[in-house]
Amino acid sequence: MEPAAPMTQPSIIAERLSCVRGDRMLFAGLSLRLSGGEALQLTGPNGVGKSSLMRILAGLLRPLSGDIRREGQTALLDERHALEAHLPLGRALDFWARCDRVPADRMAEVARATGVADLLDVPVRYLSTGQRKRAALARTIAGHAPIWLLDEPLNGLDSASVAMVERLAARHCKQGGICIAASHQPIALPGGHRLDITDFAA
Amino acid sequence: MWLAILRRDLAMLLTGGGRRGGALLPVLFFLSVAILLPFAIGPDASMLARTGGGIVWVAALLASILPLDRLGEPDLEQGFFDQWALRGMAEEWIMAARIAAHWLTFAPLLMLAALPAAALFDLSADQLWRIELGLLAGTPGLAALGVMIAALTAGLRGGAALAGLLLLPMAVPILIFGAGGLQQNGEGGTALAGAVSLLLVAVAPFAAGAAIRAARE
Repeated sequence: MEPAAPMTQPSIIAERLSCVRGDRMLFAGLSLRLSGGEALQLTGPNGVGKSSLMRILAGLLRPLSGDIRREGQTALLDERHALEAHLPLGRALDFWARCDRVPADRMAEVARATGVADLLDVPVRYLSTGQRKRAALARTIAGHAPIWLLDEPLNGLDSASVAMVERLAARHCKQGGICIAASHQPIALPGGHRLDITDFAA
Repeated sequence: MWLAILRRDLAMLLTGGGRRGGALLPVLFFLSVAILLPFAIGPDASMLARTGGGIVWVAALLASILPLDRLGEPDLEQGFFDQWALRGMAEEWIMAARIAAHWLTFAPLLMLAALPAAALFDLSADQLWRIELGLLAGTPGLAALGVMIAALTAGLRGGAALAGLLLLPMAVPILIFGAGGLQQNGEGGTALAGAVSLLLVAVAPFAAGAAIRAARE
């Protein structure tokens, strides 16, 4: 892939976050601070609040208390892929390319890098779980957002695809980006930092 | 990005987004109501001419309800609203695009379909003109109401069925003024339908946007 467009130094700073879902306190006093080139894996068993934390970091969910400061565009990959099921994958991705003003050749490169280049004519609803996940990854990373939030990026992926995700994340960090991945599976990220949300369980 | 969203909404509503029929379905529905009516109330020409205009309005109202299940729920479910929010696109703008798309995909076709319907009811040219003018004034309000209610019910289970039920009573003012405009010297009714429409179009993007944000929590 082409080197990413020059980024101003991105950063994401969260201070003393706490989160309530329903009437259950998921975590409290959680702080993190990442700047360009750094990566972090969020770990913890199901239901501990990984996805909620991701949505808080993305600004889609308000924390009960605490502050978030982000410098730089954020891209989120979660289980809602935002790809229209009835469209061929190529056209579903084109919609986001238009939204993000991504040129067609960049989209083609990203599709090759994520291994979906051969699937562009296939309607999204016929793709397998892993293929769909890779397609959503292409949608996530095509827009050159410096902050990647990947919620369970490895679900349904085969080992070759897992290596592909790790390679893309490593390159992204090398180019000065930030990558936060929530995963209960091991994922090799640059620096190997981990944050176990159970440590902050309320 | 706004234009890309509008184009997508138009395509989704025209083709039905891979689900049941697209823009043609409400129109066929409208026409079949118009065709059924003479069978139901008999071939009395003066009776048909008197009730026809009102029936056109009821059919228009029902036709505007058909696409409601596509206006909020699927995009919330599939994460489109999340992704737009991440890109800094305000929900108000998104819902404004959606109102425009909803109106463009049901109202012009409906106004076209009112021509054969008027012929079936033996309506005079003057009455047809009043109906078309009234539809032009009232349908933007129906579109705005539809999007607003689709957004409000998006996060709920069984929201789509509820949406239709919720829309009907709220559409009563438009229906009264719109059908009132059909009478002799009824221009005031048409004007009021237009006023209600304007108000709804002005309020709906904000209400619908707030509803989508609330559904995300």
